[in-house]
Formats: sequence, structure tokens, C-alpha cells
Amino acid sequence: MALTASQIENIAHLARLELKQAEVPAYQETLSRIFAFVGELDRAQTASVAPMAHPLPGQSQRLRPDLVTEQDRHELYQANAPQVSAGLYLVPKVIE
Amino acid sequence: MTVYRKTVAQLSEGLRRKEFSSVELTRVFLERILASQPKLNALISVTGEQALESAQAADRALASGNATPLTGIPIVHKDIFCTQGVKTTCGSRMLESFVSPYDATVVAKLKSAGTVMLGKANMDEFAMGSSNETSFFGAVRNPWNTDLVPGGSSGGSAAVVAARLAPAATATDTGGSIRQPAALCGVTGVKPTYGRVSRYGMIAFASSLDQAGIIAATAEDAALLLRAMAGFDPNDSTSVEREVPDYFGSLNAPLEGLKIGLLKEFFDKGLDAEVERRIRDALSVYEKLGATLREVSLPNLPLSVPAYYVVAPAECSSNLARFDGVRFGHRCENPRDLMDLYKRSRGEGFGAEVKRRIMTGTYVLSAGYYDAYYLKAQKVRQLIAGDFARAFSEVDVVIGPTTPTPAFAIGAKTSDPVTMYLNDIYTIGANLAGVPAMSLPCGFVQGLPVGLQIVAPHFGEARMLNVAHLYQRETDWHARLPGEYS
Repeated sequence: MALTASQIENIAHLARLELKQAEVPAYQETLSRIFAFVGELDRAQTASVAPMAHPLPGQSQRLRPDLVTEQDRHELYQANAPQVSAGLYLVPKVIE
Repeated sequence: MTVYRKTVAQLSEGLRRKEFSSVELTRVFLERILASQPKLNALISVTGEQALESAQAADRALASGNATPLTGIPIVHKDIFCTQGVKTTCGSRMLESFVSPYDATVVAKLKSAGTVMLGKANMDEFAMGSSNETSFFGAVRNPWNTDLVPGGSSGGSAAVVAARLAPAATATDTGGSIRQPAALCGVTGVKPTYGRVSRYGMIAFASSLDQAGIIAATAEDAALLLRAMAGFDPNDSTSVEREVPDYFGSLNAPLEGLKIGLLKEFFDKGLDAEVERRIRDALSVYEKLGATLREVSLPNLPLSVPAYYVVAPAECSSNLARFDGVRFGHRCENPRDLMDLYKRSRGEGFGAEVKRRIMTGTYVLSAGYYDAYYLKAQKVRQLIAGDFARAFSEVDVVIGPTTPTPAFAIGAKTSDPVTMYLNDIYTIGANLAGVPAMSLPCGFVQGLPVGLQIVAPHFGEARMLNVAHLYQRETDWHARLPGEYS
């Protein structure tokens, strides 16, 4: 399966990744090769197979009581943020 | 015996007998790390000062009789594990200056067991790679031959143990990332059952496959460390509430009557003939120990790599969406608007292989393609898990090669991702089925180590480690060191 340059650009946009024009052909080639490879899955007879929901048989996602267990540690966590002011994360203006 | 050649078990005994102190050990390994860095590049961060402080505390605990078998043992953590107050990069520019505000559960457990962290091991970026060449901090080199790759993604951890820069290192395995580098570097690497070891604080790649484990010189050491790492953690919703057996205590159980399955699909045309000979030699050791061999088949196993390269990228594209340039991680300069901020921060912060997997995942999860790719892959995964379940109703463990060939040259497989992906052809099945598996050294081909893989049923770690340990009692492949580091 061969992907077009515009498909690559669209996927990159959906994934919020900036690609330089010069990078597009390389991704086009390698992703096309990957999709040709994973296309082998079509050979498997899976009509009566349920998709796997958990790697351990009979297990499902554990839930916990809906209680507050975490403390407010936003100052510690925000120490890693690129831009913070008055306890808020700063981003370029989104509302005019 | 020179102190760095000792196993964790031997070091533990030496510490208790006061043959050396933890501070002395820590200094020995820190010196080896610093001397090796220009050649191997096995670590991203070295935490010498903290290490000496923890070693002093360990020595006090040893003196006062408050020690565990791991008190004072120096180790290295893969840089995928969050370490409080220490840079945690995951091998990426995205997290180049990220200092974790908390410890991963694995790190916390090993810390409370008294281990001393020497530093953080280099790795493929976000654990995506089979050669350690995708690290933003440069490739790790194989201690057996520095022109060759150490394997990946836990290549730093494997190189650390192979060169005895530390007696053990934590690692993670999503598709073979513990076992493949362990095989290529001639060390022992254990991927436990999915859910056995907490993933809390372990930077997520593919959450239905990721599992933390250990790389060490011997199965005995791996048992000691795994016992301290494993167990239920309420902070990881996939952590299993199940008691941790005494992996160490059962190491010497006899193998009389053990039924070993030889996986037909592991002995395929892609397997190097010399590697196959070493595996067959290892199997004859097991026969001498009283095990019986029989062929088993997992007919859907050849589809494991394609299934993995749908499931893993899909989950990665979702997990890595958290890197948005807003809350932590890399942010581009002067973003024009929010979209520009997202796109450029991510475009600059991620390397080519990570972007390739995010895009693969984005595509297979996009409207109209979900059923054809993701759902189909999860069905194939169910077939593969069923194959394993059938095999384990006939045999106790499955044994075969870990990799088709020994270590390959740096740069040899970087141009074609599919060729690189096929390195994990024998390891990915265990991740898809969630079963435990390990690799241990079983000989050499042209001076390069060969790995023997043991796969066990869910939660069969104790038997698996026992099977590995008894082989290591009969052989000394695991005790061989690369010339420059011996």
C-alpha cells in the first residue's frame, strides 16, 4: 500500500507533528513499507475471534473507590512547565 | 575475585561479612562507569553524589543489622523510570531537561530495599527501537565490539551489566526490549508477566504490552531483584493483586520431568545456523538434567510482528499525545498560536522513529481504518495468546533463540524500519500474550554472545528462573566478560 504525500501531511496534522517538506518523501516511503508489512494480517482468519481486551485472561481494568487520594502538589509539578504564571499554564492566546 | 566481577548474591554476602563497604563498591562502579562513557555511552546521567550518600546510609543500615539482601548493592535504572529530583529523559529531546517530581514504584521499591542508584541508562527514544540508535543522546555501543549495536531498547542497561559498570540494571520490555539486548550483550534479562511489576512512573509506550523487568549477570541475581520489584501497586490500574512467590527460594528445584517445548516457528529459515547450534547444545544440557523435549507449534506466531506494529504504534500515538509543549517537556520558540505550539514542539522534540510510530498509530486509529487495522490486530493477538495457552497445556516452558542472529553493526539496519522490526521476531509473541520470558547467555558465535530464550505461562516466573538457574549451574557462559572489561 502506497501512501501519497498529502496523506502523510494529513496524518502528521492529525498527530500534531510538524514535518518539513523535505522530510515528507522519507516518511511516505517508510510508512508505505510498514503498511505493506502489517497488511499480512489480512491472511489471518478472524471471523469468529473476539478482539483481545486484556492480556491476562479473565482480567479487566480495576476500578477504585471515587475518593480524593492525591494532594495538591501543583507547584512541584509546574516546576517542569515551560511557562507558568500565577499557578496557570501559559499558552498563546486562543480566544480573541 | 575482583569485586566488580561478583554477582549481586556474592556482593550481598561480601557486604554482610564486611569484606567491603557499600561506599567502596559504589566508588568502584562509578569509576568504571566514568571510564567507559566515551566508549560505550551506556548512561545518560551519572548520579555520583547521591549514590555515595545512599551508600553511606546503606553502610549504616548494614552496621546496625537493618539490611535486606539488596542493601548497599549499586544498580542503574533505565532512563524510562521516573527518579525524584533526577533528570528522566526517556532518551528523548522532548524530556531533555525533565526532572521527575516523584519516583516510579520500581525505583521506590528498590530504594527502600537499600539499593544504591549510580545513574540512568541510555535507551532508544521512548523505548522505540531494537538497536539503541534512536536515542537523542547517541547510540550505545556493544561492550563485546564497539562497532556493533547492544540491542534495544534497554541497550544501555544491557551494556552496563555486560561491562560490569553495575551488577544489575532495571529495564523494560514492550516487544523484546529486555531480552533482545540481554542476548546481544551476553547477560541475563527477565521480562515478567504483564501486570507483575508496577508500571507507575515508567514512561508509557504501549500500555497493554509494557512491562518492567531486570537485567543482571545471572538468573539468581534476577530472582533477588525481581522479588523486590514485583507486587501489587494501587497506582497502576493494570497491576495484579497476587502474592509474589519466593523466586530465590525455588531456584534449585530439580528439573527431572520438566517438559520443554521447542517452538517450531522459532527454528525457521531466518535463524542463523550457528546460533541454532548453540541453542541445540543448550537443549542437550537440559536433557542431561532430566528434562524431555517435544516440538510444539504456534501457527499464528508468524503474524506477531505485524500485529505488534499495529497495536504498539496505536497505543504509542495515544500515550505520547501528553507531550504537548504545555505542561512539561520541550516547547518550541515563539509559537504563533496554539496549533503551531503543539506541532513545532512535538516536531522538534521527537526523533524520526518516534514520529514514524506516532503517525502509524494515528493512521490505524483514524476513522474508517480502526476495524481494518487495530481491531484486526487485537483479534490476531487473541489467536496468538490462544496458541500459547495450548502450548502450555502440553509443556512447562518453551525454549528457543532470543534473536535470529548475534549483534549487528551500528547503522546496518537504520534505513529500513521493517528490517529493524524483524529483529524482535522471536520476542514479540510473549508481549502480545502477556506471558513471562527471559534471555540468558548460551555460547558465542564469532566471539559474540548468543541468547537462549525461555518462555513460561502467566505468572510462571519462579519456574522460569529455576530453569535458567540450573542451566547456569552447569555452564559458565554467563560468567564470561568482554576482554576490555574483564
